Amino acid sequence: MNESKNAVIDQRVKEDYKYGFITDIESDTLAPGISEKTIHYISGKKKEPSWLLDWRLKAYRKWLKMEEPNWQNVNYKNIDYQDISYFSAPKKNELKSLDELDPELLKTYNKLGIPLNEQKMMNGIAVDAVFDSVSVATTFREELKSHGVIFCSFSEAAIDYPKIVQKYLGSVIPHTDNYFACLNSAVFTDGSFVFIPKGIKCPMELSTYFRINEAKTGQFERTLIIAEEGSSVSYLEGCTAPMRDENQLHAAVVELVALDNATIKYSTVQNWYPGNPETGEGGIYNFVTKRGLCSGKNSRISWTQVETGSAVTWKYPSCILKGDNSVGEFYSVALTNNLQQADTGTKMIHIGKNTKSTIISKGISAGKGQQTYRGEVKIMKSADNARNFSQCDSILIGDRCGAHTFPYIDVRNQSATMEHEASTSKIGEDQLFYCNQRGIDTEDAVSMIVNGFCKEVFNELPMEFAMEATKLMEVSLEGSVG
Amino acid sequence: MLEVKNLHVEVEGKQILNGIDLNVKPGEMHAIMGLNGSGKSTLSNAITGRENYSVTKGDIIYKNESIVEMEPNERALAGIFMSFQYPTVIPGVNNTYFLRAAVNAKRKYNKQKEYDAANFLKFVKSKLKEVEMDSKYLKRAVNEGFSGGEKKRNEMLQLLCLEPELAIMDETDSGLDIDALKIISKGINNYKNKNRSFLVITHYQRLLKYIEPDVVHVLIDGKIIKSGGKELALELEEKGYSWLES
Repeated sequence: MNESKNAVIDQRVKEDYKYGFITDIESDTLAPGISEKTIHYISGKKKEPSWLLDWRLKAYRKWLKMEEPNWQNVNYKNIDYQDISYFSAPKKNELKSLDELDPELLKTYNKLGIPLNEQKMMNGIAVDAVFDSVSVATTFREELKSHGVIFCSFSEAAIDYPKIVQKYLGSVIPHTDNYFACLNSAVFTDGSFVFIPKGIKCPMELSTYFRINEAKTGQFERTLIIAEEGSSVSYLEGCTAPMRDENQLHAAVVELVALDNATIKYSTVQNWYPGNPETGEGGIYNFVTKRGLCSGKNSRISWTQVETGSAVTWKYPSCILKGDNSVGEFYSVALTNNLQQADTGTKMIHIGKNTKSTIISKGISAGKGQQTYRGEVKIMKSADNARNFSQCDSILIGDRCGAHTFPYIDVRNQSATMEHEASTSKIGEDQLFYCNQRGIDTEDAVSMIVNGFCKEVFNELPMEFAMEATKLMEVSLEGSVG
Repeated sequence: MLEVKNLHVEVEGKQILNGIDLNVKPGEMHAIMGLNGSGKSTLSNAITGRENYSVTKGDIIYKNESIVEMEPNERALAGIFMSFQYPTVIPGVNNTYFLRAAVNAKRKYNKQKEYDAANFLKFVKSKLKEVEMDSKYLKRAVNEGFSGGEKKRNEMLQLLCLEPELAIMDETDSGLDIDALKIISKGINNYKNKNRSFLVITHYQRLLKYIEPDVVHVLIDGKIIKSGGKELALELEEKGYSWLES
């Protein structure tokens, strides 16, 4: 691509991040720093049972002995863990009903396109709204409860359903799992808790919207979803943050457990603030551990992610296929524009017989974006007749970005069937010219071509969100080509 | 309609066209004939403004204005259409969606109301008949899994929907079976009127059995070395290009 095109790219990437506003709200924010005292404070604020405090402290002591990993293909400034505030909550937060919600918060979520008023809600979608360190509202709880479905903040679950939480917390991602998961286990603040009882098909889509607002605050949410025998649920998370000059850490942990014949579909539309498009200043470090356990027979866990935000994204939503005939799926679209970096992919661990996994990864790099697909498929000795299909496609827009692919395959059972396809292409000059020659301008042509490229993944998203993802893609690509 | 004056074009530092002159009046059909490598496709790419085809000397005038500095999509909106020799596949992009985006871009440019999905479907179905295409092609991705003939008919469909004033047919007859060739020729003949011009670029005179150019030009080594009426094409068929080369 020639210089003049690059100039146009530079000019157009100055487009504002739409969700970059700051909510002016009084917050209780803990002074920066981490110590056992911090953990006592968080746990005390949440009136947690003592076993949970002990679990946190165990994690914290382990974390102190761990080293921050550096094998990933991303560069970021050293994180000063003593300079992060580990707890921040809007002051007026003791609610009896949604009507008591602070108008500023309502306004914030309205601006984000997520009305928390049940009458105005999108049909059939229940929302949990997490603002900095706390869940500020969860809609449709009563209706869900009538079906036996529990959908509430993690903090409430720890008090109201301690047995279930204690049984499953850390069962998929132990507190010792990795540096950031360990940190999360020590200081996690809030997140969503979902429990679908035996035989229940969750009657509506569940979703959580995460918003980081306070400066110098990290968000360490923890989500736990349990689908009992024969149940199913579709869950979606969305994420946004204000534009700030400093980097903010988002280190979440998501654990999913699917018992016999249960299905969990987990979708993410991640649009954290990506940082200043020119200087790369600010933006979210999105270092997340997500893993699902297909513990029962014929269970199914499906991850769909659309990652367009964050300065640095580093995550591998994975599936452990323990139950016989269980199915794991990973559908991903990741876009890195300007100075964004992403190292993302999945792990599929086949343990049970006849287990099946599918990986479809679509990477789009534009501007000076750097992107890595990293995926591992492991077929254990016990996994007779396991099957995997992997397809990793990358598309490059312009000549200043990069795409990298690291597939790891580890097969210990001869009956396994593995298929791997990969491609990297530059967005075709011929495709662009073809669109131009039909009167379509280059910006529209690029989003059209990229959306076509992502279609297989978008098709996996719930309907409303597929449209949202398409729009998000257009916004994120604005100015990627002159 | 189209005036090409002493056009010199370079592609990646290599001089391909060495002074082309053409004058296509409204309602006229001109045929450009020449062997592979003579510069035929370079001419169509230069007129439509493709990247890397730089005009080093001369000018291209369309409707009394120089278009050399115009972006390719601006030229298209102004009414220049090219039927591609090798139409591109765009995976995952629905053919109808693509066509509607193109038609609406043009309608917007002409300050006309844009089509919604339902109205567009009606509009495009009326055009499908003319190129004898099945409506199943509307549901596929752009040119994906299309045979050579289907691709060319899809190009013709786009032409009929976009209603250009100057249509450049770049090697439209290559890769066509006789039935498709007849359908496309019929489409061209029906479309042509006193305000619409064609520039037909071809290697063989096969297509010229079915359509009647007003002027035939022979292009060799980036220069038009002979122009004449329809009979020139027949002469070429008989004697070959070498007859003109020496």
